[in-house]
Amino acid sequence: MSELISDDARAWIGKSAPPERLEVNRSDIVKYSIATEQQQEKYLNGDEAPPMFLFGLLRPVGRMETLTPDGLVPDSFVPELPLKRVMAGGTKMQLHRAVKPGEVLVAKKSLQDMFEKNGSTGPLIFVVYELKVETEAGEPILTEHQTRIFR
Amino acid sequence: MSTISIDTLAIGDSLPERAHTPTNVSLFLYNAAIWNAHRIHYDESYSVNVEGHPGVVIDGPLQGDWLAQTVINWLGESGSMVELEYSNRRASHLGDTVYSGGKVTAVDKESHRVEIDIFVKNEAGDVLSPGHAVVQLDQ
Repeated sequence: MSELISDDARAWIGKSAPPERLEVNRSDIVKYSIATEQQQEKYLNGDEAPPMFLFGLLRPVGRMETLTPDGLVPDSFVPELPLKRVMAGGTKMQLHRAVKPGEVLVAKKSLQDMFEKNGSTGPLIFVVYELKVETEAGEPILTEHQTRIFR
Repeated sequence: MSTISIDTLAIGDSLPERAHTPTNVSLFLYNAAIWNAHRIHYDESYSVNVEGHPGVVIDGPLQGDWLAQTVINWLGESGSMVELEYSNRRASHLGDTVYSGGKVTAVDKESHRVEIDIFVKNEAGDVLSPGHAVVQLDQ
């Protein structure tokens, strides 16, 4: 079954995005920790980032004029697909160590898999990304397989 | 937060459950913190009339954070969560109260590794986001 995913789209499997450099700021950790109602002082004080903090840090930041009417930043690292609505599908993460404020990280993203499924509300396309986050010296921080669902 | 010891852990042990009732304010702050302006998370008429959701959608990754917190709040300083996996299977919406929790599924006394099934479920008991975590206890 591959009626929705074109050959051009399928050719994206294995592609890598340019590495992205990310600075971890204490105030960003504090804001994230308050918003997610963390219960440990080390997170609320920004001394350490909660495990899911990196999800927000890795999200794309686009200028106002680039935002689409749904409010999202268009993702340049996705092939042309006939389904346009995006949902979070889930994740599988290996957490190598905790992140501290002041660290500078490098994120490397590649498109690892793409497949179709029939959901209860119609056809769905699953796109699986691999994310590798490490320090500038190459120490591994996070390895993640993240699924996005197009409906 | 108590200390978790490999010697007293058993398969089937429950992790503390926690209720979550996001508000307009908490959802706004979460989406601001992760820099997410997707209108399904704050614009009810857009979410319902344009994207066809029953209401304002609670972010899937926020449920992911609650799953992570189930583990790290139970664990405290007794070790580290080394793996976290979850799927967002069903949505929840502003006004819902959902519950996070978990159960120990494997205890390896040699390596001090513990496996845990985690969940976010709704008030009817339906699991919205099932997950799995691996914890490395300090030796």
